[in-house]
Amino acid sequence: MTAASDASLQAAPVHKARGYWATVGRRLMRDKVSVVCAAILLAILLAAIFAPLLHLADPYQGSMIRRLRPIGTPGYPLGTDELGRDMLSRLIYGGRLSLLIGILPVILAFCIGTSLGLVAGYAGGKVNTAIMRTVDVFYAFPSVLLAIAISGVLGAGIVNSIVSLTVVFIPQITRVAESVTTSVRNLDFVDAARASGAGPFTIMRVHMLGNVLGPIFVYATGLISVSMILAAGLSFLGLGTKPPEPEWGLMLNTLRTAIYVNPGVAALPGVMIFAVSICFNMLSDGLRSAMDIRN
Amino acid sequence: MTTLLEPIADIGGAAQPLLDVKGLTKHFPIGGGLFAEKKIVRAVDDVSFQVGKGETVGIVGESGCGKSTTARLLMHLMPRNSGDILFDGQLVGETLTLRELRRGMQMVFQDSYASLNPRLTIEDSIAFGPKVHGISDKDARALARDLLTKVGLRPEVFANRYPHEVSGGQRQRVNIARALALKPRLVILDEAVSALDKSVEAQVLNLLTDLKREFGLTYLFISHDLNVVRYISDRVLVMYLGQVVELGPVDAVYDGPAHPYTRALLAAMPAMDPDERTMEPPISGDPPNPIDPPAGCRFHTRCPFAEAVCSETVPALSSVDASGHLAACHMVIPGSGHSRAPALEAA
Amino acid sequence: MLIYVLRRIIYVIPIVISVALVCFLLVHITPGDPLVAVLPPDASQELAAQLRAAYGFDRPLPVQFGLWVWKALHGDLGTSIATGRPVFTEVMRAVGNTFILAVTASLIGFILGIFFGLIAGYFRNTWVDKLATGIAVTGVSVPHYWLGMVLVIIFSVTLNWLPAVGAGPGGWAWDWAHIRFLILPAVTMSVIPMGIVTRTVRALTGDILSQDFVEALRSKGLLERQVFRHVVKNAAPTAIAVMGLQLGYLLGGSILIETVFSWPGTGFLLNSAIFQRDLPLLQGTILVLALFFVFLNLLVDVAQAAIDPRIKRS
Repeated sequence: MTAASDASLQAAPVHKARGYWATVGRRLMRDKVSVVCAAILLAILLAAIFAPLLHLADPYQGSMIRRLRPIGTPGYPLGTDELGRDMLSRLIYGGRLSLLIGILPVILAFCIGTSLGLVAGYAGGKVNTAIMRTVDVFYAFPSVLLAIAISGVLGAGIVNSIVSLTVVFIPQITRVAESVTTSVRNLDFVDAARASGAGPFTIMRVHMLGNVLGPIFVYATGLISVSMILAAGLSFLGLGTKPPEPEWGLMLNTLRTAIYVNPGVAALPGVMIFAVSICFNMLSDGLRSAMDIRN
Repeated sequence: MTTLLEPIADIGGAAQPLLDVKGLTKHFPIGGGLFAEKKIVRAVDDVSFQVGKGETVGIVGESGCGKSTTARLLMHLMPRNSGDILFDGQLVGETLTLRELRRGMQMVFQDSYASLNPRLTIEDSIAFGPKVHGISDKDARALARDLLTKVGLRPEVFANRYPHEVSGGQRQRVNIARALALKPRLVILDEAVSALDKSVEAQVLNLLTDLKREFGLTYLFISHDLNVVRYISDRVLVMYLGQVVELGPVDAVYDGPAHPYTRALLAAMPAMDPDERTMEPPISGDPPNPIDPPAGCRFHTRCPFAEAVCSETVPALSSVDASGHLAACHMVIPGSGHSRAPALEAA
Repeated sequence: MLIYVLRRIIYVIPIVISVALVCFLLVHITPGDPLVAVLPPDASQELAAQLRAAYGFDRPLPVQFGLWVWKALHGDLGTSIATGRPVFTEVMRAVGNTFILAVTASLIGFILGIFFGLIAGYFRNTWVDKLATGIAVTGVSVPHYWLGMVLVIIFSVTLNWLPAVGAGPGGWAWDWAHIRFLILPAVTMSVIPMGIVTRTVRALTGDILSQDFVEALRSKGLLERQVFRHVVKNAAPTAIAVMGLQLGYLLGGSILIETVFSWPGTGFLLNSAIFQRDLPLLQGTILVLALFFVFLNLLVDVAQAAIDPRIKRS
């Protein structure tokens, strides 16, 4: 009997949440800026995923005789880099690693931070103190410093970059999750749910999650913007992936010497980082106002 | 045929009170730290009363007197410092589980909007409780629709709406339906009609009266509105700064208030008839701080009849007459030392 | 007020201890032996053991931590493995340069941010607002190390107006020979605080202007200038908190900009410490920067309390 009721409880919120999220989605679709940003992000993401199907030049194949061709060279629409490799191809392939190390840490931190914040906010008392005081310690470091410190100590590498960025973002998401949870926790409907005899996990799943996830999600979307810049920054410093792997931050670094010869090409990887970062920021703002439904 | 929750069996018979509260106390510590002195708010202090089966007991008092804290303590939504709460003679943790208590006792909150999950439809909010208690999704929904009809809302219109899509009065009807979904025996109504417009309030009060008859309910009706309490209650309990100052049948208390505080409250009540308007000044001053309540009778700082004894001794709840009318005032305690106290009867 | 300050100071103590612990442990989660960087590849076991003892790496961890903290309290952060000079001296020399850069960048960012934020807040939903918020979003979304490169391309490579790298000859001085080196990195660095302060001030101004008391002030016949004073008074506590935090972020997060412009500050030091695997230097630099940040936060809290009557009372 308990199992049956549990299954039926799980079925309920999914069916409900659609009502709210459908409204948010509709409102978001009406915001032109958000739609454009989402389209750009989707295009970059799809291009990166399906890069092998796009008949691009080999991103690793260089040539000493055609180094640093300017933008618009026939056959090389975006020019070539310092080793004569096709920039268009490297920028598209570069999205694979750059997006991975930019987005994955936020997703990981979202899962871990939300769980921690939810527990801290719902349990309150000593559990809250233990979790939040630990979080405070990480807050005592500026995030760039913390990311570079961890990355620097662990050594260069993609996994290490992802780990260090995740560690940096967990406290931030935990804090947001805790404060949202605490404010929802104090609303009467949670007491009403407790009064109906439901246990803490059922209440968290049915009554808390749906009300808490939205704000945390918006925050995390904005965080991706920061994460993209930081992740590429780690590679730029040489703490991410290693040459000849295409990755925007690393490409920016290796092209630095080329600014005297071909500044346009040298600046291109940064344009990609900038585009992704600003699109996530705008999308986050759009999502925030779309979710602010007040009648 | 839908499987529904079994009605809760009566245990102690009609004579046993459904709710028996003994010495309920809740203190909130505030502040406290390295340099701040720890202070204690005596929100509810040694409150005792009973609610008989089928009865409606009203609790009145100014805001901050501990009415709502009492309600939450009864629901076991917050831990109490001391005191016993017996539900049909049963104590939670002994012969009754918390889950069972929360089936037998339900609560309607004041803020109709905050007490409904904004992400759930009305139907889901009502069906949640029964599902927690093992009713299937389908049956719980059927029950929810049935209850919507009972509280005067057409299910085909309201079941799939979200809380922000209906009016305050309708939301409060939903909250009542949600409370009834578990087939409780006792419903605590914490300022349940206070936020509503007067006309809507009257409709909801009538609905409550009808539902009480139909489901054989017992109500604990908490309000600051004396008129409403008189209308709906059989007995009334007056609270002041976390303590019960007067308790008795509603007519006895309203027609012959024994405690000066009750008298002041009733005098401040807007009369329904303009000819009966009082020109007497209402109670003066704000209630004292519950962090540091006055010694002796807590009302003595605002009482026009206060004498030395009032600031020295705490008056116990004592009988005013044989009807079960009690008051905690030295003026009704024989031989209390107050000049207006009745003389001690010769043995 | 005094009690509040004392409470805040006492609250900082466990944070400082934990920060020290994190800095200490950071080095000990390192894969590999910290001695690898200094040992010649053909070093004997004996030499390795000697060096390990000299650096104290052979003691148990809590003892090492205690010793490390004790020494740090006396201004001894160990010796740089790479250069052999005291870490404290190296860090302090670099901190001065980072400070010059971060403070200049903050000033530029704050002034622009307050200006953009105020006009955006005052002219909500007009084209002025859209422009200002657009600049703000750009400021927080731009990879600043890339912006630095772009500015170098424009002002150094193409126009040849300003130098691309370095901090000028000899030590720092506030003359044109040095300031010209400061302009590009400071402007680059200022875009983040500019964006964040714009957003904060815009939101604050908008909120305050939509409150009833502003309406009341206006209906009392106050001049717009006088109303503006109330807006500033109400926005100041939050704005100051945000700005203090931003200055802290710049002090601790200067590594990318300093690398782009070869600015001889803490970031530059950190960069070389990482790549030479100079762990004492890395540890010392991070500790000093993190402590700076903690004390800056403390200062901001106290300043906020001093001007916000609501905090003092609670």
